[in-house]
Amino acid sequence: MNEGLTRRDRLRRDRSVLIMVAPAVVLLLIFNYAPMVGVITAFQYYDPLIGIWDSDWAGLDQFQQLFADSRFWHALSNTLYLSFVQLILFFPIPIVLAMLLNSVLSERVRNFVQSVVYLPHFFSWVLVITIFQQMLGGAGALNQWLRSNDLATWDVMTNPDTFALLVTFQGVWKEAGWGIIVFLAALAAINPGLYEAAAADGAGPWRRMWHITLPGLRGVIVLMLVLRLGGALSVGFEQFLIQRDAVGHEAAEVLDTYAFYYGIATTNYSFGAAAGLFKSVISLLLIWGANKLAHSFGEDGLYRK
Amino acid sequence: MLLIVLVPLWIVVLTSLSTKGAINRAGGLVIWPDGITFEAYEEMLKGSTVRTALLVSLGITIIGTAISMVVSVLCAYGLSRSGSFAHRFILVLLIVTMFVGGGLIPTFLVVTGLGGYGQWWALILPGAVSVFNILILRSFYSSTAAELMDAARIDGASDWRILWSVILPTSRAVTAVIALFYAVGYWNSFFNVMLYMPTESEKWPLQYVLLTYVNRGVGMPGSVNAGFGMAHSQTAPLSLQMAVVVLTLVPLVIVYPFVQKHFRTGVLTGAIKG
Repeated sequence: MNEGLTRRDRLRRDRSVLIMVAPAVVLLLIFNYAPMVGVITAFQYYDPLIGIWDSDWAGLDQFQQLFADSRFWHALSNTLYLSFVQLILFFPIPIVLAMLLNSVLSERVRNFVQSVVYLPHFFSWVLVITIFQQMLGGAGALNQWLRSNDLATWDVMTNPDTFALLVTFQGVWKEAGWGIIVFLAALAAINPGLYEAAAADGAGPWRRMWHITLPGLRGVIVLMLVLRLGGALSVGFEQFLIQRDAVGHEAAEVLDTYAFYYGIATTNYSFGAAAGLFKSVISLLLIWGANKLAHSFGEDGLYRK
Repeated sequence: MLLIVLVPLWIVVLTSLSTKGAINRAGGLVIWPDGITFEAYEEMLKGSTVRTALLVSLGITIIGTAISMVVSVLCAYGLSRSGSFAHRFILVLLIVTMFVGGGLIPTFLVVTGLGGYGQWWALILPGAVSVFNILILRSFYSSTAAELMDAARIDGASDWRILWSVILPTSRAVTAVIALFYAVGYWNSFFNVMLYMPTESEKWPLQYVLLTYVNRGVGMPGSVNAGFGMAHSQTAPLSLQMAVVVLTLVPLVIVYPFVQKHFRTGVLTGAIKG
């Protein structure tokens, strides 16, 4: 298609296409690629008054400080712990919900349920946490009911011990419904003939689920797991930022809030950039590793081998 | 699952619609209708804080979504023309940003370095392009209308003409879904406000007002009516707080039913193919 055309001819031919792509490319260059260059502030003693080109070099000083800070290790272990709890308690729920929903016979019921459970995905974290505060907080509906029945009150929202369960439940409330959408698509792609054949061979509903439904979902499940493992260090920034003060940083500090509080809020930019860079590099390694793992299971993962 | 989603919403809406008497009788949140009134809404819209915040939120959402959609639709169409100049290079340039980024602080430094602190554009432009959304649009454009596009090109239509008269009319569903995604993103944004205009309360959007005055229970300044500054407490009464919660929900609930029916065609085609 391009043979016989010089670079100039192709440039002229595709002029309008290039003009169309330009605004997006310019925005990405400014707000995504320029910050990638800005990562060098992590190796400097960055001073906003002097600027990035003239600030003194720090070598690995910022990282040494970071690794010497016990609050950093605390934030890292919190992140991993919360990520683990969220994975164990969250991950199976959309799969089970999708399978339940798929077995509902009436299309009307199914559509109604879907539109309701998708809705919270579009709520902001501010709104979700406000609603949780009103339901489970000290003055919320739950404690109001407990008090009126002369039972001991239970403030869920400020309790550091149960914080991991609380944030997981918030995550389930907001995203589990939306999470079913990919599994429903995978279920719809399973050939109904397989079920009929299995039923004719005498397979009960459990055997059909085990031998047809779950293998049919396997590819999507592995893909979702890969994405989840790759994002293990991003447990949800806004959710923790909003609740950090109420619960205390002991329980709610994660890598992202750490970088925010000790980088931006204290204007210690280079230090925060170093914390952010540490997180990005480990995350990239996690995505790469998880993808390798998916390939070794014979699945596609993020991309085909 | 259905009840877990619906019950809190029911309680919030009902409390916002309840009279002071009903709230006192219930001892707080109202679970069953008992004295309905729109007082809280009237009071809320009389005070300048919430009214300004509503206008700010609507402004950011409408302008932001318009910018994002124009940029994304153009880019997605451009990328759907495979074989054009530097096509693969541009595609890789976009996809890389999905996995690698500068992180929070370098982005903050770039935006403030460009003079974004306290500026409206700082709430819109840094996140205006979602590569994920562009890829969904692109996979739709390159598959659905291949024959139509060829026919139009043979008839001598330019790329602009094809995009406007062939692509856009045949992809309304996916366009609506992507527009909703962008609009929800702008409507819900609060962290950008925290980063770029944390001190100027007259520029705060609704989400930030919700966070400060409802979730954290801070008193509401700039409201002339006595309702906010009653007796000992600076905190707004419960019905008023719940009215702010409902207000942040209303635009979404109005738009949602029109777009929701397109989710299956819109999102899935893109996601599964992409």
